[in-house]
Amino acid sequence: MCDTCGCTQPDDAVTIRKPSDENAEHAHDHHHAHDHVHAHDHAHDHHHAHDHSHPHDHGHSHDHGHSHDHGHSHDHGHSHDHGHEGRSIAVETDILRKNNLMAERNRGYFEAKNILALNLVSSPGSGKTTLLERTICELRERIPIAVIEGDQQTMNDANRIREAGAPVVQVNTGNGCHLDSEMVNRAVRELQPAENSVLMIENVGNLVCPSLFDLGESQRVVIMSVTEGEDKPIKYPNMFRTSQVCIINKTDLLPHLDFDLEKAKEYALQVNHHLRFIELSVKTGEGFDAWTSWLTEQR
Amino acid sequence: MHELSIAEQIVDIAREYSERENVTSVREIELEIGTLSGIEIDALTFALDVVTKQTVLEGATVTIIDVPAMARCEACGAEFLLEDYFAPCTECGEFRNTPIRGQELRVKSLIVNE
Repeated sequence: MCDTCGCTQPDDAVTIRKPSDENAEHAHDHHHAHDHVHAHDHAHDHHHAHDHSHPHDHGHSHDHGHSHDHGHSHDHGHSHDHGHEGRSIAVETDILRKNNLMAERNRGYFEAKNILALNLVSSPGSGKTTLLERTICELRERIPIAVIEGDQQTMNDANRIREAGAPVVQVNTGNGCHLDSEMVNRAVRELQPAENSVLMIENVGNLVCPSLFDLGESQRVVIMSVTEGEDKPIKYPNMFRTSQVCIINKTDLLPHLDFDLEKAKEYALQVNHHLRFIELSVKTGEGFDAWTSWLTEQR
Repeated sequence: MHELSIAEQIVDIAREYSERENVTSVREIELEIGTLSGIEIDALTFALDVVTKQTVLEGATVTIIDVPAMARCEACGAEFLLEDYFAPCTECGEFRNTPIRGQELRVKSLIVNE
């Protein structure tokens, strides 16, 4: 199970609303649009519905261990006979295709409007919202910033962002442990970010689940803080691998901690040698210029 | 648990292909899951148990084809089996690699009764 958020059940109750909205927009049929049964009984009787066999007895699983010919062109577009095993229908389809398609639509929209969209990911408590508050305050006069807040529950973060002075919509994912491109698409329709603006998408605090879901962002920014272990990057390599920038926050606390900054960066570079680091303290402002200049350069 | 979203997408794909081929139930579904795909197999099979009920996939055998990760070293060009993202090159020990395989997350085929 998901150790990070513990969620185990499907939940359709995604809501998207602005701080001023009393009427939340309820999700009708967004990404869980199937007619699956709901969760009440499955804890008891599910476990022998299938037998999950492993593949090695399959006549046509191919040469593991070599890097060539992974294209599967041999059985595209037609079915072939599996003898007594029944008929095989070639599917060869990426499981994330829907999310990836919608992410590309979002990306096209952002590009057309010259919006820099950033997907901010981290564990809970690394300081994403505080980073955004300070960023909005410092750049408000120069760069329009709009925010999509992702949390399982509450409007708290959206309220903070509104007080900092930026337009914001809150996506509450219910039991969902990550944003997906369709939620962002719907949130963007509500938010209508200005042309030439920066769109900050604060993902659900979780270093695991959001890593697989492209939202259509221009860049993914992973935030860690020095109060976490320096081995976070190798514990959660997927997130660090798919990010372009790594912010290391709360550097003002370094004198009081055993956190080894160089070691943390070394681990992160082992996972992703393209990663760029920005070390800062949102609280004291130390290093914050590097972040705002990076943001300005990206536009 | 993002495996739940993944399981729902799998059901969607199975439904689409079953309708196209005019079949009402699937005997077996083959998935290709790369070892770097970020999917926990146990969590996925659990999620599939939940979401396949009353769908074409109910009762279907789930066959998972593991796709071992391969990387190419940017320093020496060697291609090697990658156990983890942060594994060094088996030839030169450098950490600068590009995965060339192992991120797959695909429905490969459906096997149906005729």
